[in-house]
Amino acid sequence: MTVVTISGLTKTFPRGNVTALQGIDLQIEPGEFVSLIGPSGCGKSTVLRVIGDLIQPTSGTIEVNGKSAHRARLDHDYGMVFQDSVLFDWRTVAKNVALPLEMLGWERARRKRRVEELLRLVELQGFGDHYPWQLSGGMQMRVAIARALSFEPALLLMDEPFGALDEMTRERLNIELLELWRRLESTIVFVTHSISEAVFLSTRVVVMSPRPGRVAGIVEIDLPQPRTNDTREDPRFFELVTEVRELLRGVGADQHGSVLAEEPA
Amino acid sequence: MAVLLALWGLWELYRWTWVETGWTWPFPVNDTTLPHLHTIFGALGKHTSAGPLLITVLLKSVWFTAKEAMIGFAAGGVVGFLLAVGLVHSRLAQRAFLPYIVASQTIPILAVAPMVVVWLKAGWQSVAVIAAYLTFFPVTINTLRGLQSAEPRAHELLRSYAASRWHVLWKLRVPASLPYVFTALKISATASVVGAIIGELPSSIQDGLGGAILNFNQYYSLDPASLWATNLIAAALGIAFFVVIVIAEKIVVRRAPVPVA
Repeated sequence: MTVVTISGLTKTFPRGNVTALQGIDLQIEPGEFVSLIGPSGCGKSTVLRVIGDLIQPTSGTIEVNGKSAHRARLDHDYGMVFQDSVLFDWRTVAKNVALPLEMLGWERARRKRRVEELLRLVELQGFGDHYPWQLSGGMQMRVAIARALSFEPALLLMDEPFGALDEMTRERLNIELLELWRRLESTIVFVTHSISEAVFLSTRVVVMSPRPGRVAGIVEIDLPQPRTNDTREDPRFFELVTEVRELLRGVGADQHGSVLAEEPA
Repeated sequence: MAVLLALWGLWELYRWTWVETGWTWPFPVNDTTLPHLHTIFGALGKHTSAGPLLITVLLKSVWFTAKEAMIGFAAGGVVGFLLAVGLVHSRLAQRAFLPYIVASQTIPILAVAPMVVVWLKAGWQSVAVIAAYLTFFPVTINTLRGLQSAEPRAHELLRSYAASRWHVLWKLRVPASLPYVFTALKISATASVVGAIIGELPSSIQDGLGGAILNFNQYYSLDPASLWATNLIAAALGIAFFVVIVIAEKIVVRRAPVPVA
C-alpha cells in the first residue's frame, strides 16, 4: 500500500495572502527514501508538516497509510525529527528517548528495555544518564532519531535533521541513517537543502520550485545499495548531482546550485 | 563571612565618623539613632521587663510569624500556580482576568489587611490570607510566562505524538516553567514574611514579630536596641525562607546552566 499520497495539495497562508504550495501531487511507496529539495520559500518543510498533520492544507487531500493524515497522527503512524533536535534539557537522554513511550502508556520496565535497545541502535549506549546539553550536536541528533524511532513508526519525517551539523558529522550520520533505514525497512521523507546529501541518501529526489511551491521535477536515484563513502566518488553520483543542480537552477536557485538560505518555518 | 565582617566594619566606621565629626546629615548619630552592633546583639541576651530573655521572646514570635508566613506562602503559591495554569489555556481568560490580578496588587496591603481581619476575625488565619495575597501575584505572572516559554517546535513535537492537553501540561509546559516558578517563589518567600508581619498589625496579634515590632517601637527612645534586634531577627526569617527555596530549586531544577530572563 502507498505510504503517502498527496493530491492537489495547495496551502495559502492568510497573512499576506501567500500561496506557499500549489497543486502538489506526490506518492511515496513503502521502503522509499524520498528527499524534498528546493530553494528557500519553496515550502518543502510545509509539505512535511502537512503530511504530519501539524498544519492543515487549504485544499487537496493527504493520505498516510490509506488513512487521513489526522487519523495517522492519532495512530502514531509516523515519527518526526526536526532540525534543532528539540530535546528537553530537564530530561536525561534516556528519558528524552522514552518521552513518546510515556505518552503511549508503556510500563516503566518495558520503556527501559526499549530505550536501552534504541541507544544501542544509535550507538549511544552508556549515555542514558547524561543530559542533552552535555552532548555534541551530532549526538543530540542521534538522540532525537532514537526518540522518533522509539514506537517503531514505519514512516519517518525528517526536517533538515543534519542542517546544523558540520560536514564530517553530517556525512557520518548520513551513513548511519541509511543503515537504520535498511535495517528497519522504514519509509523516510527527508527535507534538505544540500544537493549531495539528497542524492546520496535518496531513492528519489523531489525538486521543488518557489513562490508558489510546486514540484519542478523528480529525479530517480539509481545508485546501488548499500551506499558507502565510495558512493560519493562514483561518476554516476556526480551525474545525478548535476541533474538535480540543473533542475534547481531552472527554478531560480542561486548560481552555485546550493540553496543555503534558511527557509522560514 | 567576610561580607558580614565588612558590613560590621562599615556600620561602626559610619557611627564613629559621624559621632567624632558631629555631622548631622542625614541624621545625627548617637546611641539612640544608631546603636552599636554589639549593643544590638547584646540586647538579645538581656531580660525583658516581663522577665524572660529577649532572645527567648523573639524566638517565640519568630516561630509564630513563620507559621503564618509558611501557610500563607504555601496557599499563595498553590493558588498562584493554579491560576496561571488556568490562564495559560485561554487567551480570553488572560485578557479578562489579568488586569484585575494586576489591579489587586496596586491596592496597598495596609488597606486590605483590616478588611481581611474583619471578614475572618483576628487570628493567624487572617494573617496567613494576607501573606498569601502578597505571595500569589509574582507566582501567577512568572508561572504564566514560564508555561508559555517552551519553543514552538517542542509543541509541534508533542502534537506529532498526538499528546493530550494533560501531557502537554505535565511533560512540557510545567517542566519548562520551573525556573520561572522558582524565580517567583524566591520573591514571594520574602514577601510572605513581610505580609505576615504587616498582617499582624491590624489584627492586634501580640504573639508574632509584628506585635513585637509594634511593642518595641513604643519604647524606642528608652531601648532602641530591642527594636533593632527584632528587625535583625525578622530579616533572618526572610533570609531563611529564601534559602529554603534556593535549596529546593537546586534539588528540583536540573538543566543546562543558562540564565532565565
